[in-house]
Amino acid sequence: MFKMTPNILKNLITEKATRLYPFEVRAPYDNVRGELTNDAEKCNFCGICAAKCPSQCITVDKKNATWQCEMFSCLFCGICVESCPKKSLTQELAHRKPVREKEIIFIQGEVKAKEIPNDSESR
Amino acid sequence: MHSHLLWLGLFADSFGFESMFMQFWRIREKILNINESTTGNRVIVSVNAIGGVRRDLNPEQQRWILSELSEVEKMIKTLEAPLFEDYTVKKRTVGKGILSAEKAMELGTVGPTLRGSGIAQDMRSLGYAAFAELDFSPVTQPNGDCWSRCKVRFLESLQSIDLIRQAVTRLPNGEISAKFKGRPDGEIVSRVEQPRGEVFYYIKAKGDKYLDRLRIRTPTFANIPALLTMLPGMYLSDVPVIVLSIDPCISCTER
Repeated sequence: MFKMTPNILKNLITEKATRLYPFEVRAPYDNVRGELTNDAEKCNFCGICAAKCPSQCITVDKKNATWQCEMFSCLFCGICVESCPKKSLTQELAHRKPVREKEIIFIQGEVKAKEIPNDSESR
Repeated sequence: MHSHLLWLGLFADSFGFESMFMQFWRIREKILNINESTTGNRVIVSVNAIGGVRRDLNPEQQRWILSELSEVEKMIKTLEAPLFEDYTVKKRTVGKGILSAEKAMELGTVGPTLRGSGIAQDMRSLGYAAFAELDFSPVTQPNGDCWSRCKVRFLESLQSIDLIRQAVTRLPNGEISAKFKGRPDGEIVSRVEQPRGEVFYYIKAKGDKYLDRLRIRTPTFANIPALLTMLPGMYLSDVPVIVLSIDPCISCTER
């Protein structure tokens, strides 16, 4: 019983190992694979990311120029980012914040054949 | 290694030693930080690729890993006495869930469950990847009770530190990944040591776009039958401790 006492006493004088998250957020490390974002301006909706994704969370519709990602299935492995020919997919250093409801990231690009100037990003 | 530290924390928690749980998880956080800064993710590191790895370690990271590891080693060693010599902990773990060496072999247990029964079987000694170039011998404990399995995991986490030290100091420079082309044809069996024990892969392919067959036998699947010999005659309050001593991962098994 008294074997643990030195550890407990040491814990009283050493600094805290925890942080007051979410008020205090640790600075991210370099090259961390955080939140996945797609730039609708650069994306050509080729679908390579959807084919390469190991968890099959990305759906691309080339005809209607839509890009969808189910973030709850994403492993943040970064294979889509590495394989993107247009470099439109990027990963930020910060992780996604927790949310209450399941959400799918939906990006509508410009449909080239019909030339509808509808370029909006919605979540 | 982070898996062993996680387990040691959970094991302490299973017999109500909450402060020990906190200590181990505090140490584990250092390992996860190393994972995050070197691979990009904390748990699902996604750094292995066909033919090699996706990221290299720069000299600064290597030095940082070594300095963090010596701190981790010091922190783990301070917890040895309270975890293994404490009267209450001994009362809850020594002689509980005994699995004899013969029974362990018969039931086909793997990993720390088998090594805790005194059989030195470690797939890493087959020398796959870089393990052939590293010096180590499997950790074993003779008694086959919960205390032995805990001791095996504790000593293995220290062994891991030694292995990482050896690997980092002998790390060669050069390409991190080999190029490959074409589609696989044929079949292969691979046995790899994971924190919970031996994992068995069987892959069969015919040169098509898709694999013909893929079978993964996870260590928990091999260790669950051992509970049938461990549990009979034990108090109900010892059941969580004994079940946890095989480190069950239900999500691995249910595939």
